[in-house]
Amino acid sequence: MANGFSLDFEKPIVDLERQIESLRRMAADRELDVESEITPLVAKLADLRREIYRGLTPLQRVQVARHPRRPYSLDYINRIFTDFVELKGDRLFRDDPAIVAGWARLDAQPIIVIGQQKGRDTKENLQRNFGMPHPEGYRKALRLMRMAERFRAPVITLIDTPGAYPGLGAEERGQAEAIARNLEEMAALRTSVIAAVIGEGGSGGALGLGLADRVLMMENAIYSVISPEGCAAILWKDASQKERAAEALRLTAQDLHELGIIDEIVPEPPGGAHTDPDGAANTLAACLESHLGELADVEPEERVRQRAEKYRKIGRIVEG
Amino acid sequence: MAWFRKDRRRRTAQREKLEIPADAWDKCEVCGHVDISEKFERALQVCPGCGYHRRIPGRRYIELLTDAGSFTELFTDMRSADALQFEGYADRLVIAERKAGPQDAMVAGCGTLTGIEINIGAMEFAFMGGSMGSVVGEKVARLADRSVQRSAPLVLVSASGGARMQEGVLSLMQMAKTSAVMARLREAGTPYVSILTNPTTGGVSASYAMQGDVNLAEPGAVIGFAGPRVIKQTIGQDLPKGFQTAEFLVEHGMVDAVVPRPQLRDTTARLLRMMQGLEPAGAAT
Ligand SMILES: [Zn+2]
Repeated sequence: MANGFSLDFEKPIVDLERQIESLRRMAADRELDVESEITPLVAKLADLRREIYRGLTPLQRVQVARHPRRPYSLDYINRIFTDFVELKGDRLFRDDPAIVAGWARLDAQPIIVIGQQKGRDTKENLQRNFGMPHPEGYRKALRLMRMAERFRAPVITLIDTPGAYPGLGAEERGQAEAIARNLEEMAALRTSVIAAVIGEGGSGGALGLGLADRVLMMENAIYSVISPEGCAAILWKDASQKERAAEALRLTAQDLHELGIIDEIVPEPPGGAHTDPDGAANTLAACLESHLGELADVEPEERVRQRAEKYRKIGRIVEG
Repeated sequence: MAWFRKDRRRRTAQREKLEIPADAWDKCEVCGHVDISEKFERALQVCPGCGYHRRIPGRRYIELLTDAGSFTELFTDMRSADALQFEGYADRLVIAERKAGPQDAMVAGCGTLTGIEINIGAMEFAFMGGSMGSVVGEKVARLADRSVQRSAPLVLVSASGGARMQEGVLSLMQMAKTSAVMARLREAGTPYVSILTNPTTGGVSASYAMQGDVNLAEPGAVIGFAGPRVIKQTIGQDLPKGFQTAEFLVEHGMVDAVVPRPQLRDTTARLLRMMQGLEPAGAAT
């Protein structure tokens, strides 16, 4: 953490981390025992992380959800699953590297995992299009979901995208159709589906992998109909009003849980998933396993019926 | 052609121009064609000169697509609950109601088309840009439920800029909700004709508008996931001419046919009758 990118509000954490690190280095150089000085600092660091992260504003959550050091789909896949075999291509046009997918095992259970994948550096981001899928990405996902259904394996999707890509090719090849089809097919899928929002849940592009029996959200993930910047630009003609928009949109995990849209908030290590990817992955794995267990005994027809019921109820209207 | 000539002759011959009030004339905003308003109106607001399809209210589509006097509006009490207490939304709803009527962004109901029972919804673009919030989602869902229960076809006319951001993620989830009912409709084998008009973008295009057994589009309608402005901003260049028009979508295989407004009624009726295995309308029974 002391190296690399950090957010403004993380500065006190970073400063303390640096202090501890330099103490350690000094101790090593001079062969001194400084543990008695370091121990309270480490405790203080844990407190500081907890304290700062407890009081995050919605816009700060947005920043954490987009943190360039946050674990991405493949980071979770490599930690949570075994036997991962990536399968590529939609069999229609090309492979979309903004979505990774394949067979894997959760514990012993074979599953299909599908996740949006951001790049870690500029080169990878160009290849993965910053995690913004084209229609062929959604069609690859659908191809694998159908395969999961055929072999009676559950589907786990990991959501982390700024949105579906708004470009020429994406429109020509039917971005709207691809997402619409995924939604309709996912609603009717006979196998169980769990979606976990691990970072950015960007609008329809996120939902295109998100219609599920259970929807989980990492504590610092966000899920929104539009980015705060986009919302501010449209409503107040001023993208710098994003803080105001982030609050109004109710896009944090806590908000979505209160609105009854997600089923569980997956706690992150203090200081966010990026400070302890292993810890974050362990918690997510446990959560996925418990929901898979609950869904396992449901008959396919009943599962589809319950899924439809779940979504049928979402919305707030007044009548009469 | 005959009526057209006759009209013209009478106007010039009798020199009535001065007596016709100014608002009796109408000018096409695209080609500049000038004609009496009534002629635009008789052509369902399609320009007699260039064929440009002006926007018409949702209720106009209902009239067009149901038999005279057969339509009963449903769910008329339904209003948005502003569950997020979103800044400024309550006021915008009041203004939208005053401007476009109380039905939110969709008029929904049931009626007949060439005698067959249908459930029909038409979006009202004048109501907050036809944005889909909880009310639109619920109306679509209830119409589809009704279609399943009564084995009566569903017809939806879309005109929308997408999800209503003032309802936050609740509006996003209307995409999932409407898709789930459309899956049930498909399973039940009840026909659904989706008619896409200008514009149909965002959350509506990426859900029920694209999920028809048949997707029809009006000429020139802009249809897409991202709006043209967003794409232009993203790619940093102007869009090719005709990009995201109904014709473009047909060419790329995303909608079934471009149908001019005056033919919508007939085309929809013929399709629904064939999908239901019925005889042509007007056939001896
Ligand atoms: Zn014209």
